Amino acid sequence: MEQLLAVLIDGIIYSAWLFVAAVGLTLIYGVMKIVNVTHGSFYALGAYAAASITGALLAHGMPPYLSYAVLLGSAVLVSVIVAPLIERGILRFMYAKDEVVILLITYALFLILEDVIKLIWGVNPYFIAEPYGLLGSFDIGDLTYPYYNMILVGVAIACGVGLAWMLNHTRTGKLLVAVIHDTEISRAMGINVDRFYLFTFTFGSLLAAIGGAYTAPTVSVVPGLGVEVIVLSFAVVVIGGLGSLPGAALGAVIVGLVRSATIHYLPQAELFVIYLVMAAVLAFRPRGLFSLAEARKI
Amino acid sequence: MAAILDARGLCKNFGAVTAASDINAAIERDSVVGLIGTNGAGKTTFINMITGYLKPDRGRIHYEGRDITSLAPRDITRLGICRSFQIPQLYASLTAFENMMAGIGVVLRNAGLGGFFSRGEPLVPGHNLPAEEVAARILERFGLADYRDKNAQVLPGGVRKLLDIALTMVAKPKILLLDEPTSGVSSEEKFVIMEMIMKAVRAEGATVLFVEHDMEVVSRFAERVLAFYDGRIIADAPPAEALENAEVKRFVVGGELHRLDEAQARPRA
Amino acid sequence: MRRDLTPRTLALIVAAILAAGPFAPQWTVFLLTVALAKGLVVLGLMILLRCGLVSFGQALYYCIGAYAAGLLGLRYEVSGVFTLMLAGMLASGATAFVLGFLLARYRSIFFGLLSLAISMILYGLLVKTEALGSSDGFNLLPSTLAGFRPADAWVRYMVLAVAVVVAFVAALLVNRYLKTPLGRLAPAIKDNEIRVEYMGASARHAIHVKYVIAAALAGLGGALAATTVGHIDPEMAYWTTSGEFIFITILAGTGNVIAPFLGALIFGIIQSVAFDISPNTWQMVLGSSLLVVIVFLPNGLWSLFSRGKAS
Repeated sequence: MEQLLAVLIDGIIYSAWLFVAAVGLTLIYGVMKIVNVTHGSFYALGAYAAASITGALLAHGMPPYLSYAVLLGSAVLVSVIVAPLIERGILRFMYAKDEVVILLITYALFLILEDVIKLIWGVNPYFIAEPYGLLGSFDIGDLTYPYYNMILVGVAIACGVGLAWMLNHTRTGKLLVAVIHDTEISRAMGINVDRFYLFTFTFGSLLAAIGGAYTAPTVSVVPGLGVEVIVLSFAVVVIGGLGSLPGAALGAVIVGLVRSATIHYLPQAELFVIYLVMAAVLAFRPRGLFSLAEARKI
Repeated sequence: MAAILDARGLCKNFGAVTAASDINAAIERDSVVGLIGTNGAGKTTFINMITGYLKPDRGRIHYEGRDITSLAPRDITRLGICRSFQIPQLYASLTAFENMMAGIGVVLRNAGLGGFFSRGEPLVPGHNLPAEEVAARILERFGLADYRDKNAQVLPGGVRKLLDIALTMVAKPKILLLDEPTSGVSSEEKFVIMEMIMKAVRAEGATVLFVEHDMEVVSRFAERVLAFYDGRIIADAPPAEALENAEVKRFVVGGELHRLDEAQARPRA
Repeated sequence: MRRDLTPRTLALIVAAILAAGPFAPQWTVFLLTVALAKGLVVLGLMILLRCGLVSFGQALYYCIGAYAAGLLGLRYEVSGVFTLMLAGMLASGATAFVLGFLLARYRSIFFGLLSLAISMILYGLLVKTEALGSSDGFNLLPSTLAGFRPADAWVRYMVLAVAVVVAFVAALLVNRYLKTPLGRLAPAIKDNEIRVEYMGASARHAIHVKYVIAAALAGLGGALAATTVGHIDPEMAYWTTSGEFIFITILAGTGNVIAPFLGALIFGIIQSVAFDISPNTWQMVLGSSLLVVIVFLPNGLWSLFSRGKAS
């Protein structure tokens, strides 16, 4: 019983992390039809920015409780600088190309960004443990959970609810939904699609950076941080259905719970179980659990 | 004379829409049949069912006495039933010549020729010529020689249409199904294109079914007309007779005119 | 019809490598052998790319080939180069034959993502398999040729010689395959599957065949890489390995069977030179070259050689 509770709590925490890390990917795919490998780079950028800025401010006597805001601020800062640079500078010239070719372009950009990160922050690890330890922890049976994990869950809920609210209740969101459904017609209706692409890419990347920023206090920030996040986010959004927001949430919960259950009951299967679920979903529902029907061809 | 193609009791629904309800038609060998009817009357559904793209909910299709209802499109094509498309289906990044060569490649492969272990250049079955000569000949027959080395995606609409039909000829079809071969072409050109197709078909000897909206073209080229309305065949007769049929006048010919009136009236209203 | 110069060119290159090999420094021999191993994988990816499919999981077959070779040595103490390569090729080919029934139904992004998922499953399995060294992998026995074990100084040359001959045969066979009707169908499948079907061919069957060929080549390359490096680990199945193969495929282009090997060699050179000069920016050099190739040479480096010949 107690272990079951642990599985559940671990699963929820891991789902929250996965959702924040992956939801931007599905947003970008939905609007721009880009499978964006640089998503992992933004995750790493967010983590590095958060770790270095928060670390520096704490060293200069910033009250520790402000660090939670600084984490967010760092993510915003780094993504509003880098994302528009990539979208306006490179990606927008590539939209006419095939989906797979654009994926390769983002892969090339990912390789470049990996080294940009090393050039800016060097290869030594960054630690900022203060925000993690500051809130204390609670116990369930033998297991200890830092309250910081609840912040991660809160961030995930805020991201999900905020996105859903934006898409359904704001003018921008409604126009965005139009672009998701048919870019060509939206363009013909006078929607400034280019501006939405810039907005979506920046916002999607920001979400990845937030994921990285709030993970930074829990890990040592080292080169290659984003590499695993890329495949994990792919798995999450593919399971849910590329381009679907509820899909990303469902995918995150499935992957989170499945992984947490395997860690507790069958630790040898920890890694491969995620991809097994991904392959199984693709095999039976190639377009994921939430997907739109395809149009007739002739 | 026995029918080469025999469709019995074909029914097809898409949800609440009836695309075919009890379609019966026996097609004689070497005949030329025009399919008429307004958009959505069931002509393309009929062609799609014969060529295996759609499976009928009920009914059977026999070709030369053999039940082909449940075969895949490629197997039906291999038996000699070939089709063209309303929107030309071409290999967009290949030239007109390469398009033909790709088609001939399939014919060779299906005949077990030109494989990994074979030597020398095989002759294309049915044509008894090397592949490149077959391609050049068919292109010429359809007046496409000048477009030989142009990529399919840059060809003008009418030319794409002709190339789409030319592609069906590489396999020496016994039945040719042409879905609106002259759509998007000026009325004078329609006759030129149809002449060209019919000349090529007569040289090869095939049964032809073609979808056409222009009744003059139908009267001129079809020996027999199948008029579709609301998923049914409402007339099956030689053109002169079919076009005088009261129902056809009301639902097909009149229907076209009526639709035209509507379309013209709309902007003014 | 134009004469095909590829076999003759290939033969000349092979002769040149075999003749120069004994005099070349060890590191160039190593670089070249690894390039040949990767070139074999890329040769397979090229076949798939010609019909528009990009596999983000080809590392699966590379890894299976390597582990098949490694396991033969570990369990049965087999060290003959040809036996190991044959084992790698068969293991990968057989796996692809089975998985092909599923994957041949997938196109574009979904083909890539499903391949990715399957390769990551293998990675996840290997990392947790202690009997196979978990994430550290294990070392292979020194290679032999027909029971004969050359002096240490000659082992690398021997593996290179075998690699060159194997790659030569593979390239010739693929070159011939590309000219058969089934091989030629690739661009047609890429452009319009509906038309392929209505010409009387099955795109799914053609893709299945191509998928198995590509996997067998990747398995061959994996076994060769394993014997060359002398060590294997689960990283061989990780997505970044697949990414590297796709990188080389795009760099090389699909114009000719020589292109994959040339691409792999150029990749190897860029990688080692850039790494030597500046270990922290070699990925940046790679990424930038990939961008430049995609934008300015969409048909890959090979289009530099075939310019004027193409229409």
